[in-house]
Amino acid sequence: MSKQRTTQPITTGTSVIGLVYDGGVMIAADTLLSYGSMAKSFNTPRLYNIEDRILLGASGEYSDLQEIVAKVKALALQETTNSMESIYVDRKLPAKSLWNYLRAVMYQKRSKMNPYWNDVVVAGWDDQADKPFLGTVDKLGTTLQENLVATGFGGYLAMPLLREKWRNDLSEGEARALLEDAMKVLFYRDCRASARIQLAKCTSDGCIVSEPYELDHSNGWNAPSMIRAAGDLDGDGGW
Amino acid sequence: MFRNQYDTDVTVWSPEGRLLQVEYAMESVKQGSACVGVRSNTHVVLGALKRSVSELSSHQKKLLEIDDHIGIGIAGLTADARSLAKYMRNECLNHKYVFGAPITPALLMGDLADKHQRTTQTYVRRPFGVGLLVAGIDPQFQTAHLYQTCPSGNMYEFYASAIGARSQSARTYLEKHYESFTEASLDDLIIHALQALVGCVSGDDELTKENGSIAFLGKDQKFTMLEGDALQPYLDRLELKNAEEEKDDDDDEEEKEGDAPQAMET
Repeated sequence: MSKQRTTQPITTGTSVIGLVYDGGVMIAADTLLSYGSMAKSFNTPRLYNIEDRILLGASGEYSDLQEIVAKVKALALQETTNSMESIYVDRKLPAKSLWNYLRAVMYQKRSKMNPYWNDVVVAGWDDQADKPFLGTVDKLGTTLQENLVATGFGGYLAMPLLREKWRNDLSEGEARALLEDAMKVLFYRDCRASARIQLAKCTSDGCIVSEPYELDHSNGWNAPSMIRAAGDLDGDGGW
Repeated sequence: MFRNQYDTDVTVWSPEGRLLQVEYAMESVKQGSACVGVRSNTHVVLGALKRSVSELSSHQKKLLEIDDHIGIGIAGLTADARSLAKYMRNECLNHKYVFGAPITPALLMGDLADKHQRTTQTYVRRPFGVGLLVAGIDPQFQTAHLYQTCPSGNMYEFYASAIGARSQSARTYLEKHYESFTEASLDDLIIHALQALVGCVSGDDELTKENGSIAFLGKDQKFTMLEGDALQPYLDRLELKNAEEEKDDDDDEEEKEGDAPQAMET
Protein backbone atom coordinates (compact mmCIF):
# COMPACT_ATOMS: atom_id res chain seq x y z
CA MET A 1 0.00 0.00 0.00
CA SER A 2 1.48 3.33 -1.03
CA LYS A 3 1.81 6.22 1.37
CA GLN A 4 -0.73 8.96 0.96
CA ARG A 5 -0.35 12.60 1.81
CA THR A 6 -2.39 15.79 1.63
CA THR A 7 -1.96 17.51 -1.71
CA GLN A 8 -5.02 19.73 -1.84
CA PRO A 9 -7.97 20.61 0.38
CA ILE A 10 -11.31 19.06 -0.60
CA THR A 11 -13.98 20.18 1.85
CA THR A 12 -13.19 23.68 3.01
CA GLY A 13 -14.16 26.58 5.21
CA THR A 14 -13.24 30.13 4.34
CA SER A 15 -11.88 33.08 6.35
CA VAL A 16 -11.67 33.38 10.11
CA ILE A 17 -11.13 36.91 11.40
CA GLY A 18 -10.42 38.19 14.89
CA LEU A 19 -9.43 41.17 16.98
CA VAL A 20 -8.42 42.13 20.50
CA TYR A 21 -10.63 44.70 22.20
CA ASP A 22 -10.67 46.38 25.59
CA GLY A 23 -11.23 43.49 28.01
CA GLY A 24 -11.22 40.53 25.64
CA VAL A 25 -10.75 38.98 22.24
CA MET A 26 -13.38 38.28 19.61
CA ILE A 27 -13.29 36.09 16.51
CA ALA A 28 -15.77 35.44 13.71
CA ALA A 29 -16.26 32.98 10.87
CA ASP A 30 -19.07 32.03 8.56
CA THR A 31 -20.65 28.59 8.67
CA LEU A 32 -20.47 27.65 5.01
CA LEU A 33 -18.79 24.36 4.11
CA SER A 34 -17.65 24.34 0.49
CA TYR A 35 -16.91 21.33 -1.69
CA GLY A 36 -14.97 23.03 -4.43
CA SER A 37 -17.50 25.39 -6.00
CA MET A 38 -20.43 23.52 -4.47
CA ALA A 39 -21.97 24.94 -1.30
CA LYS A 40 -22.13 21.67 0.65
CA SER A 41 -23.51 22.77 4.00
CA PHE A 42 -24.77 26.12 5.28
CA ASN A 43 -24.64 25.40 8.98
CA THR A 44 -21.20 23.98 9.87
CA PRO A 45 -19.69 25.84 12.84
CA ARG A 46 -15.94 26.35 12.64
CA LEU A 47 -15.37 28.05 16.00
CA TYR A 48 -14.80 25.96 19.14
CA ASN A 49 -14.74 26.62 22.88
CA ILE A 50 -11.98 24.61 24.59
CA GLU A 51 -12.42 24.12 28.36
CA ASP A 52 -14.03 27.58 28.65
CA ARG A 53 -10.60 29.16 28.35
CA ILE A 54 -9.55 28.97 24.71
CA LEU A 55 -11.22 29.67 21.37
CA LEU A 56 -10.13 27.73 18.34
CA GLY A 57 -11.10 28.33 14.72
CA ALA A 58 -9.66 27.53 11.33
CA SER A 59 -10.08 27.92 7.60
CA GLY A 60 -9.04 25.32 5.07
CA GLU A 61 -9.63 21.58 5.05
CA TYR A 62 -12.53 20.83 7.39
CA SER A 63 -11.56 17.23 8.16
CA ASP A 64 -8.14 18.41 9.32
CA LEU A 65 -9.85 20.96 11.56
CA GLN A 66 -11.97 18.21 13.09
CA GLU A 67 -8.82 16.17 13.75
CA ILE A 68 -7.04 19.14 15.31
CA VAL A 69 -10.00 19.93 17.57
CA ALA A 70 -10.23 16.30 18.75
CA LYS A 71 -6.51 16.32 19.61
CA VAL A 72 -6.73 19.72 21.30
CA LYS A 73 -9.75 18.73 23.41
CA ALA A 74 -7.91 15.61 24.58
CA LEU A 75 -4.83 17.67 25.41
CA ALA A 76 -6.82 20.26 27.37
CA LEU A 77 -8.58 17.50 29.31
CA GLN A 78 -5.25 15.85 30.08
CA GLU A 79 -3.89 19.09 31.51
CA THR A 80 -6.84 19.30 33.87
CA THR A 81 -6.89 15.70 35.00
CA ASN A 82 -3.42 14.20 34.62
CA SER A 83 -1.89 15.44 37.80
CA MET A 84 -1.46 14.66 41.47
CA GLU A 85 -3.27 17.79 42.49
CA SER A 86 -6.10 18.23 40.04
CA ILE A 87 -8.86 17.93 42.58
CA TYR A 88 -7.50 20.82 44.60
CA VAL A 89 -6.20 23.04 41.87
CA ASP A 90 -8.12 24.56 38.98
CA ARG A 91 -5.53 24.07 36.28
CA LYS A 92 -6.38 24.99 32.69
CA LEU A 93 -4.28 24.78 29.54
CA PRO A 94 -3.16 28.35 28.71
CA ALA A 95 -4.09 29.63 25.23
CA LYS A 96 -0.50 30.57 24.49
CA SER A 97 0.70 27.06 25.34
CA LEU A 98 -1.88 25.57 22.98
CA TRP A 99 -0.76 27.97 20.26
CA ASN A 100 2.82 26.83 20.73
CA TYR A 101 1.77 23.20 20.76
CA LEU A 102 -0.10 23.60 17.47
CA ARG A 103 2.99 25.25 16.01
CA ALA A 104 5.03 22.16 16.87
CA VAL A 105 2.37 19.85 15.40
CA MET A 106 1.85 21.85 12.19
CA TYR A 107 5.57 22.22 11.61
CA GLN A 108 6.22 18.54 12.05
CA LYS A 109 3.44 17.62 9.63
CA ARG A 110 4.73 20.04 7.02
CA SER A 111 8.25 18.73 7.43
CA LYS A 112 6.92 15.33 6.40
CA MET A 113 5.23 16.96 3.37
CA ASN A 114 1.82 16.04 4.79
CA PRO A 115 0.37 19.15 6.38
CA TYR A 116 -2.90 19.82 8.11
CA TRP A 117 -4.25 22.11 5.39
CA ASN A 118 -5.48 24.82 7.75
CA ASP A 119 -4.90 28.34 8.95
CA VAL A 120 -5.70 28.10 12.65
CA VAL A 121 -6.72 30.97 14.93
CA VAL A 122 -6.11 30.55 18.67
CA ALA A 123 -7.64 33.06 21.09
CA GLY A 124 -7.97 33.21 24.84
CA TRP A 125 -7.26 35.07 28.04
CA ASP A 126 -3.62 35.10 29.20
CA ASP A 127 -3.95 34.79 32.99
CA GLN A 128 -0.28 35.41 33.70
CA ALA A 129 -0.07 38.62 31.66
CA ASP A 130 -3.70 39.47 32.50
CA LYS A 131 -4.57 40.41 28.97
CA PRO A 132 -6.23 38.87 25.90
CA PHE A 133 -4.27 36.54 23.65
CA LEU A 134 -4.76 36.23 19.89
CA GLY A 135 -2.54 34.29 17.53
CA THR A 136 -2.45 32.24 14.33
CA VAL A 137 -0.68 29.10 13.14
CA ASP A 138 -0.64 28.26 9.44
CA LYS A 139 -0.15 24.99 7.58
CA LEU A 140 3.61 25.57 7.44
CA GLY A 141 3.88 26.06 11.18
CA THR A 142 4.30 29.85 10.98
CA THR A 143 3.07 31.62 14.11
CA LEU A 144 1.91 35.18 14.53
CA GLN A 145 0.66 36.90 17.65
CA GLU A 146 -1.30 40.02 16.75
CA ASN A 147 -4.16 42.33 17.73
CA LEU A 148 -5.83 41.72 14.37
CA VAL A 149 -5.90 38.43 12.48
CA ALA A 150 -7.54 37.14 9.34
CA THR A 151 -7.07 33.91 7.44
CA GLY A 152 -7.66 33.11 3.80
CA PHE A 153 -9.52 35.74 1.81
CA GLY A 154 -9.99 37.70 4.99
CA GLY A 155 -6.34 38.67 4.74
CA TYR A 156 -7.04 40.55 1.49
CA LEU A 157 -10.57 41.81 1.99
CA ALA A 158 -11.12 42.19 5.74
CA MET A 159 -7.67 43.17 7.03
CA PRO A 160 -7.55 46.61 5.39
CA LEU A 161 -10.95 47.43 6.90
CA LEU A 162 -9.97 46.12 10.34
CA ARG A 163 -6.70 48.02 10.29
CA GLU A 164 -8.53 51.21 9.38
CA LYS A 165 -11.10 51.00 12.13
CA TRP A 166 -9.25 49.23 14.97
CA ARG A 167 -8.28 50.96 18.23
CA ASN A 168 -6.90 49.27 21.30
CA ASP A 169 -9.75 50.60 23.46
CA LEU A 170 -12.64 49.26 21.41
CA SER A 171 -15.67 48.31 23.48
CA GLU A 172 -17.28 44.91 23.04
CA GLY A 173 -20.13 46.41 21.03
CA GLU A 174 -17.74 48.27 18.73
CA ALA A 175 -15.64 45.14 18.27
CA ARG A 176 -18.70 43.15 17.31
CA ALA A 177 -19.91 45.82 14.89
CA LEU A 178 -16.49 45.96 13.23
CA LEU A 179 -16.29 42.18 12.82
CA GLU A 180 -19.84 41.95 11.45
CA ASP A 181 -19.06 44.70 8.99
CA ALA A 182 -15.98 42.83 7.81
CA MET A 183 -17.93 39.57 7.54
CA LYS A 184 -20.53 41.32 5.41
CA VAL A 185 -17.85 42.54 3.03
CA LEU A 186 -16.46 39.02 2.88
CA PHE A 187 -19.90 37.69 2.01
CA TYR A 188 -20.18 40.18 -0.85
CA ARG A 189 -16.75 39.60 -2.34
CA ASP A 190 -15.61 36.08 -1.35
CA CYS A 191 -17.50 33.60 -3.49
CA ARG A 192 -16.92 30.82 -0.98
CA ALA A 193 -18.48 32.79 1.88
CA SER A 194 -21.99 33.03 3.27
CA ALA A 195 -23.96 35.55 5.32
CA ARG A 196 -24.60 33.00 8.08
CA ILE A 197 -21.91 33.64 10.66
CA GLN A 198 -20.73 32.74 14.16
CA LEU A 199 -19.14 35.04 16.69
CA ALA A 200 -17.04 34.01 19.68
CA LYS A 201 -15.51 36.02 22.48
CA CYS A 202 -13.17 35.35 25.37
CA THR A 203 -12.67 37.50 28.46
CA SER A 204 -11.14 36.91 31.87
CA ASP A 205 -14.48 35.36 32.86
CA GLY A 206 -14.45 32.67 30.19
CA CYS A 207 -15.44 31.96 26.62
CA ILE A 208 -18.70 32.08 24.68
CA VAL A 209 -19.34 30.86 21.16
CA SER A 210 -22.56 32.17 19.64
CA GLU A 211 -25.08 30.13 17.72
CA PRO A 212 -24.92 30.75 13.96
CA TYR A 213 -27.04 33.68 12.80
CA GLU A 214 -27.73 35.41 9.52
CA LEU A 215 -26.24 38.82 8.71
CA ASP A 216 -28.70 41.31 7.31
CA HIS A 217 -27.71 41.66 3.68
CA SER A 218 -31.13 42.67 2.41
CA ASN A 219 -29.78 46.02 1.31
CA GLY A 220 -26.65 44.64 -0.23
CA TRP A 221 -27.70 44.65 -3.81
CA ASN A 222 -28.77 48.27 -3.48
CA ALA A 223 -25.26 49.45 -2.78
CA PRO A 224 -24.11 52.05 -5.28
CA SER A 225 -21.29 49.92 -6.59
CA MET A 226 -23.75 47.12 -7.28
CA ILE A 227 -26.25 49.31 -9.16
CA ARG A 228 -24.13 51.53 -11.32
CA ALA A 229 -23.27 50.00 -14.67
CA ALA A 230 -19.54 49.76 -14.47
CA GLY A 231 -18.97 50.43 -18.14
CA ASP A 232 -20.41 53.96 -17.88
CA LEU A 233 -18.06 56.86 -17.96
CA ASP A 234 -18.96 57.86 -14.40
CA GLY A 235 -18.41 54.28 -13.23
CA ASP A 236 -15.03 52.83 -12.49
CA GLY A 237 -14.77 51.37 -15.99
CA GLY A 238 -14.44 47.86 -14.67
CA TRP A 239 -16.78 44.89 -15.05
CA MET B 1 8.01 -14.40 57.99
CA PHE B 2 8.37 -15.65 54.43
CA ARG B 3 10.84 -12.99 53.43
CA ASN B 4 13.42 -15.19 51.77
CA GLN B 5 11.19 -17.32 49.58
CA TYR B 6 9.34 -14.52 47.77
CA ASP B 7 11.99 -11.90 47.42
CA THR B 8 13.84 -12.90 44.23
CA ASP B 9 11.57 -11.30 41.64
CA VAL B 10 9.89 -7.94 41.74
CA THR B 11 6.79 -9.54 40.23
CA VAL B 12 6.28 -11.97 43.10
CA TRP B 13 3.98 -11.18 46.00
CA SER B 14 4.79 -12.34 49.51
CA PRO B 15 1.96 -14.04 51.42
CA GLU B 16 1.59 -10.88 53.50
CA GLY B 17 0.80 -8.95 50.33
CA ARG B 18 4.17 -7.23 50.05
CA LEU B 19 6.55 -6.75 47.15
CA LEU B 20 9.80 -7.49 48.90
CA GLN B 21 12.07 -6.33 46.07
CA VAL B 22 10.46 -2.91 46.26
CA GLU B 23 11.01 -2.83 50.02
CA TYR B 24 14.65 -3.81 49.58
CA ALA B 25 15.00 -0.97 47.11
CA MET B 26 13.67 1.39 49.79
CA GLU B 27 16.39 0.04 52.11
CA SER B 28 18.92 1.26 49.58
CA VAL B 29 17.53 4.78 49.97
CA LYS B 30 17.97 4.56 53.73
CA GLN B 31 21.64 3.69 53.20
CA GLY B 32 22.36 6.86 51.24
CA SER B 33 23.60 9.92 53.12
CA ALA B 34 21.04 12.40 54.37
CA CYS B 35 19.12 14.86 52.26
CA VAL B 36 16.60 17.39 53.59
CA GLY B 37 14.05 19.67 52.00
CA VAL B 38 12.09 22.58 53.46
CA ARG B 39 9.68 25.00 51.88
CA SER B 40 8.05 28.33 52.56
CA ASN B 41 5.33 30.10 50.60
CA THR B 42 7.91 31.56 48.26
CA HIS B 43 11.04 29.38 48.36
CA VAL B 44 12.18 25.77 48.60
CA VAL B 45 15.55 24.82 50.10
CA LEU B 46 17.31 21.47 49.68
CA GLY B 47 20.22 20.42 51.86
CA ALA B 48 22.50 17.40 51.67
CA LEU B 49 25.40 15.74 53.44
CA LYS B 50 27.95 14.77 50.84
CA ARG B 51 29.90 11.56 51.39
CA SER B 52 33.41 10.93 50.18
CA VAL B 53 34.83 7.49 49.56
CA SER B 54 38.20 8.32 51.07
CA GLU B 55 40.22 11.35 52.13
CA LEU B 56 41.69 11.48 48.65
CA SER B 57 38.38 11.55 46.81
CA SER B 58 35.88 14.32 46.18
CA HIS B 59 32.51 14.49 47.90
CA GLN B 60 29.64 12.94 45.96
CA LYS B 61 27.29 15.55 44.49
CA LYS B 62 23.77 15.15 45.83
CA LEU B 63 21.86 18.21 44.63
CA LEU B 64 21.12 18.50 40.92
CA GLU B 65 19.54 21.20 38.79
CA ILE B 66 16.73 20.00 36.54
CA ASP B 67 15.50 23.35 35.20
CA ASP B 68 15.49 26.98 36.33
CA HIS B 69 12.50 26.22 38.49
CA ILE B 70 13.08 22.58 39.47
CA GLY B 71 15.87 20.93 41.48
CA ILE B 72 16.39 17.57 43.16
CA GLY B 73 18.25 16.07 46.11
CA ILE B 74 19.12 12.39 45.97
CA ALA B 75 19.66 9.54 48.44
CA GLY B 76 20.56 6.01 47.38
CA LEU B 77 22.04 4.67 44.16
CA THR B 78 23.67 7.68 42.53
CA ALA B 79 23.67 6.10 39.07
CA ASP B 80 19.90 5.56 39.23
CA ALA B 81 19.51 9.15 40.36
CA ARG B 82 21.49 10.46 37.39
CA SER B 83 19.32 8.43 35.03
CA LEU B 84 16.19 9.96 36.56
CA ALA B 85 17.71 13.44 36.44
CA LYS B 86 18.44 12.97 32.74
CA TYR B 87 14.84 11.94 32.13
CA MET B 88 13.49 14.91 34.05
CA ARG B 89 15.76 17.37 32.25
CA ASN B 90 14.68 15.95 28.93
CA GLU B 91 11.01 16.27 29.81
CA CYS B 92 11.55 19.88 30.88
CA LEU B 93 13.30 20.80 27.64
CA ASN B 94 10.77 19.02 25.47
CA HIS B 95 7.93 20.77 27.22
CA LYS B 96 9.58 24.13 26.66
CA TYR B 97 9.93 23.43 22.96
CA VAL B 98 6.39 22.17 22.43
CA PHE B 99 4.45 24.50 24.75
CA GLY B 100 6.76 27.52 24.91
CA ALA B 101 6.52 27.53 28.71
CA PRO B 102 8.26 25.83 31.68
CA ILE B 103 6.75 22.52 32.75
CA THR B 104 4.46 22.32 35.76
CA PRO B 105 6.30 20.40 38.50
CA ALA B 106 3.12 18.60 39.55
CA LEU B 107 2.64 17.18 36.05
CA LEU B 108 6.28 16.13 35.86
CA MET B 109 5.95 14.38 39.23
CA GLY B 110 2.91 12.48 37.96
CA ASP B 111 4.96 11.16 35.05
CA LEU B 112 7.88 10.39 37.38
CA ALA B 113 5.65 8.39 39.72
CA ASP B 114 4.33 6.38 36.76
CA LYS B 115 7.91 5.75 35.63
CA HIS B 116 8.77 4.35 39.07
CA GLN B 117 5.65 2.20 39.19
CA ARG B 118 6.35 0.65 35.79
CA THR B 119 9.53 -0.90 37.12
CA THR B 120 7.60 -2.68 39.85
CA GLN B 121 5.32 -4.46 37.44
CA THR B 122 7.77 -5.74 34.81
CA TYR B 123 9.59 -9.01 35.01
CA VAL B 124 12.78 -7.84 33.33
CA ARG B 125 13.38 -4.65 35.31
CA ARG B 126 14.16 -3.62 38.88
CA PRO B 127 12.89 -0.69 40.96
CA PHE B 128 14.99 2.50 41.08
CA GLY B 129 17.21 2.36 44.16
CA VAL B 130 17.01 6.05 44.91
CA GLY B 131 14.72 8.47 46.70
CA LEU B 132 14.40 12.02 45.42
CA LEU B 133 13.40 15.23 47.10
CA VAL B 134 12.07 17.41 44.31
CA ALA B 135 11.82 21.17 44.76
CA GLY B 136 9.76 23.08 42.24
CA ILE B 137 7.98 26.36 41.55
CA ASP B 138 4.66 26.15 39.73
CA PRO B 139 5.02 28.60 36.82
CA GLN B 140 1.28 29.15 36.44
CA PHE B 141 0.37 29.86 40.06
CA GLN B 142 3.83 30.93 41.31
CA THR B 143 3.63 28.58 44.32
CA ALA B 144 6.47 26.62 45.95
CA HIS B 145 6.34 22.83 46.21
CA LEU B 146 8.39 20.01 47.72
CA TYR B 147 7.81 16.41 46.63
CA GLN B 148 9.34 13.10 47.63
CA THR B 149 9.63 10.04 45.40
CA CYS B 150 10.12 6.49 46.55
CA PRO B 151 11.20 3.31 44.67
CA SER B 152 7.65 2.01 45.10
CA GLY B 153 6.24 4.77 42.90
CA ASN B 154 4.52 6.50 45.80
CA MET B 155 4.67 10.24 45.55
CA TYR B 156 3.82 12.72 48.26
CA GLU B 157 3.99 16.46 48.68
CA PHE B 158 5.64 17.75 51.86
CA TYR B 159 6.03 20.92 53.89
CA ALA B 160 9.43 19.51 54.86
CA SER B 161 11.12 16.13 54.60
CA ALA B 162 14.36 14.24 55.09
CA ILE B 163 15.61 10.98 53.60
CA GLY B 164 18.75 8.84 53.92
CA ALA B 165 20.92 7.66 56.80
CA ARG B 166 20.08 9.06 60.26
CA SER B 167 17.36 11.23 58.71
CA GLN B 168 14.96 10.51 61.59
CA SER B 169 16.74 13.12 63.68
CA ALA B 170 16.20 15.65 60.88
CA ARG B 171 12.54 14.69 60.55
CA THR B 172 12.06 15.16 64.30
CA TYR B 173 13.52 18.66 64.07
CA LEU B 174 11.38 19.47 61.02
CA GLU B 175 8.19 18.19 62.64
CA LYS B 176 8.87 20.49 65.55
CA HIS B 177 9.51 23.62 63.49
CA TYR B 178 7.73 23.24 60.14
CA GLU B 179 4.88 25.57 61.00
CA SER B 180 7.31 28.47 61.14
CA PHE B 181 8.62 27.72 57.64
CA THR B 182 5.70 29.12 55.62
CA GLU B 183 6.51 32.76 56.36
CA ALA B 184 10.25 32.32 56.91
CA SER B 185 12.78 34.31 54.92
CA LEU B 186 15.13 32.51 52.54
CA ASP B 187 18.08 32.88 54.91
CA ASP B 188 16.11 31.48 57.85
CA LEU B 189 14.97 28.58 55.69
CA ILE B 190 18.58 27.77 54.81
CA ILE B 191 19.54 27.82 58.48
CA HIS B 192 16.65 25.45 59.25
CA ALA B 193 17.84 23.06 56.55
CA LEU B 194 21.39 23.13 57.89
CA GLN B 195 20.17 22.68 61.45
CA ALA B 196 18.19 19.62 60.39
CA LEU B 197 21.25 18.28 58.58
CA VAL B 198 23.47 18.65 61.66
CA GLY B 199 21.51 15.88 63.37
CA CYS B 200 22.25 13.47 60.51
CA VAL B 201 26.01 13.63 60.82
CA SER B 202 27.60 10.42 62.09
CA GLY B 203 29.54 10.18 65.35
CA ASP B 204 32.53 12.51 65.52
CA ASP B 205 32.03 14.11 62.10
CA GLU B 206 30.94 17.68 61.64
CA LEU B 207 28.93 19.58 59.11
CA THR B 208 31.52 21.55 57.14
CA LYS B 209 31.64 23.52 53.91
CA GLU B 210 33.21 20.48 52.24
CA ASN B 211 30.56 17.92 53.08
CA GLY B 212 27.55 20.21 53.30
CA SER B 213 25.55 21.39 50.33
CA ILE B 214 22.55 23.68 49.92
CA ALA B 215 20.41 24.51 46.90
CA PHE B 216 17.44 26.84 46.74
CA LEU B 217 14.90 28.21 44.31
CA GLY B 218 11.96 30.55 44.59
CA LYS B 219 9.22 32.54 42.92
CA ASP B 220 11.65 35.01 41.36
CA GLN B 221 14.75 32.99 42.06
CA LYS B 222 16.34 30.52 39.69
CA PHE B 223 17.91 27.32 41.00
CA THR B 224 21.08 28.28 42.89
CA MET B 225 23.71 26.12 44.64
CA LEU B 226 25.58 27.01 47.82
CA GLU B 227 28.74 24.98 48.23
CA GLY B 228 32.22 25.40 49.61
CA ASP B 229 33.10 28.97 50.57
CA ALA B 230 29.63 30.23 49.67
CA LEU B 231 28.23 27.97 52.37
CA GLN B 232 30.60 29.12 55.14
CA PRO B 233 28.65 32.29 56.17
CA TYR B 234 25.57 30.17 56.80
CA LEU B 235 27.53 27.58 58.78
CA ASP B 236 28.97 30.42 60.86
CA ARG B 237 25.50 31.80 61.48
CA LEU B 238 24.31 28.36 62.49
CA GLU B 239 27.20 27.97 64.93
CA LEU B 240 26.41 31.38 66.38
CA LYS B 241 22.76 30.52 66.77
CA ASN B 242 23.54 27.21 68.50
CA ALA B 243 26.12 28.84 70.78
CA GLU B 244 23.59 31.48 71.84
CA GLU B 245 20.99 28.85 72.54
CA GLU B 246 23.46 26.84 74.59
CA LYS B 247 24.36 29.96 76.54
CA ASP B 248 20.69 30.64 77.18
CA ASP B 249 20.28 27.08 78.41
CA ASP B 250 23.31 27.49 80.72
CA ASP B 251 21.93 30.77 82.06
CA ASP B 252 18.64 29.08 82.79
CA GLU B 253 20.54 26.34 84.67
CA GLU B 254 22.42 28.91 86.81
CA GLU B 255 19.24 30.76 87.64
CA LYS B 256 17.62 27.57 88.83
CA GLU B 257 20.56 26.87 91.16
CA GLY B 258 20.38 30.40 92.49
CA ASP B 259 16.77 29.87 93.59
CA ALA B 260 17.62 26.82 95.68
CA PRO B 261 17.31 27.56 99.41
CA GLN B 262 20.59 28.54 101.05
CA ALA B 263 21.74 26.52 104.03
CA MET B 264 21.11 28.47 107.18
CA GLU B 265 23.96 29.26 109.39
CA THR B 266 23.58 28.31 112.95
